[in-house]
Amino acid sequence: MINIMLNGEPQELSEGIDVSKLLQDLKITVPCAVEMNKKVVPKALHSATIISDGDVIEIVTIVGGG
Amino acid sequence: MANFSEPLKLGPYEFNSRLFVGTGKYETFELMQEALEASGCEVVTVAVRRERLYDKQERNILDFLDRSKYTLLPNTAGCFNAEDAIRTALLGRELLDIEWVKLEVLADTKTLLPDPLGTLEATEKLVKEGMTVLVYTNDDPVMAKRLEEVGATSVMPAAAPIGSGQGVLNANNIKIILERANVPIIVDAGVGTASDVTVAMELGAEGVLLNTGIASAKDPVRMAVAMKHAMEAGRLAAKAGRIPRKLYATASTTMEGRINA
Repeated sequence: MINIMLNGEPQELSEGIDVSKLLQDLKITVPCAVEMNKKVVPKALHSATIISDGDVIEIVTIVGGG
Repeated sequence: MANFSEPLKLGPYEFNSRLFVGTGKYETFELMQEALEASGCEVVTVAVRRERLYDKQERNILDFLDRSKYTLLPNTAGCFNAEDAIRTALLGRELLDIEWVKLEVLADTKTLLPDPLGTLEATEKLVKEGMTVLVYTNDDPVMAKRLEEVGATSVMPAAAPIGSGQGVLNANNIKIILERANVPIIVDAGVGTASDVTVAMELGAEGVLLNTGIASAKDPVRMAVAMKHAMEAGRLAAKAGRIPRKLYATASTTMEGRINA
C-alpha cells in the first residue's frame, strides 16, 4: 500500500494505480480536473500517470461562484 | 428601432451583452437558470472547488449551464496568494477546456479586498501561460495600469467590496482608470441594485460583472431583468453623451413670444 494526500485528507491506495483508475474507484461522474503535486495532470495523461507514495492529489470540479 | 449594439471584444471572445453574471448563492440551480436567462448575459462566472469524494451531491452545476448559450468564465475566488490562484486558474482551464480566467487574489477574508502584489504576480504568470486574464483589482488607477502592462486582457476594478452592495464608491478613481486604460475596463463587485450598473456604465465602463446583486435579491429573476435594462440604459447614455452639470437653470422653453413680454 502507499499513502497519499487526496483533497487534503490522508488516503491509502494500492500500489501501481493510475489517475484514471483512481477516478473510477472513487466513482466520480462529474466533470473534474486533477492536480498532482501542484501540477495539472491533463486528461490525456490520466491513464499514463501512476500514483506514487507521498503524492498530493487534488480532484476539483465546478461550483457556483461570482 | 435604431440598433446601437456594439460587441465587446475580450481576447479571442466577442459578446453582445456586457453584463457578466455569477452563479453563486442561488437557492436552486433552476432559479439560477431563470435569472441568467432573464439577465440576457452571455458570460457566466463559475468557481473551482474540491470534489466532494464521499458525500457526493447528485447534481452538478454544469448540468444546468448550457455551454452553447453561455461562455463559462472560471474564477479564482477564495485564493489568498498568487500560487493558489495560478493553480486554480490552470485547473479551471483543464476542467472547462477554456483559456481564460477571472483572476482574484484576495488579501483577507474580512474585506475580500484584492492583494495588489499577489494579483500582479499571478497576472504576469498566467499571461505567460497563454491565458486571457480578466483581473479583479481595487479601484486604484496606478494598479490598473500595472496590470495592463503585464498583459491583462481586461482590468476589473471593484465598485465596492465583494457582496457589499454599495455601488460605485469612488467614481473619480473609476474615471481616471477609464481615461488611461488601453484595455476594456469591467466594473466588478459591489453592485447592489440596477442603478449601480447604470452608474458604472455611464462612467464609461465596458461592462459590469455581478453576482450577489441578483442572486441575493428578494426576487432574483426580476432583479436580473432590471440589471439587463440598467446595463442597456447606462451604455446608451454613455455613448449618447450627457449634458454638462450646471449650477443654474437653463430654460428648455424659449423666452421669446411670451404674452407678457
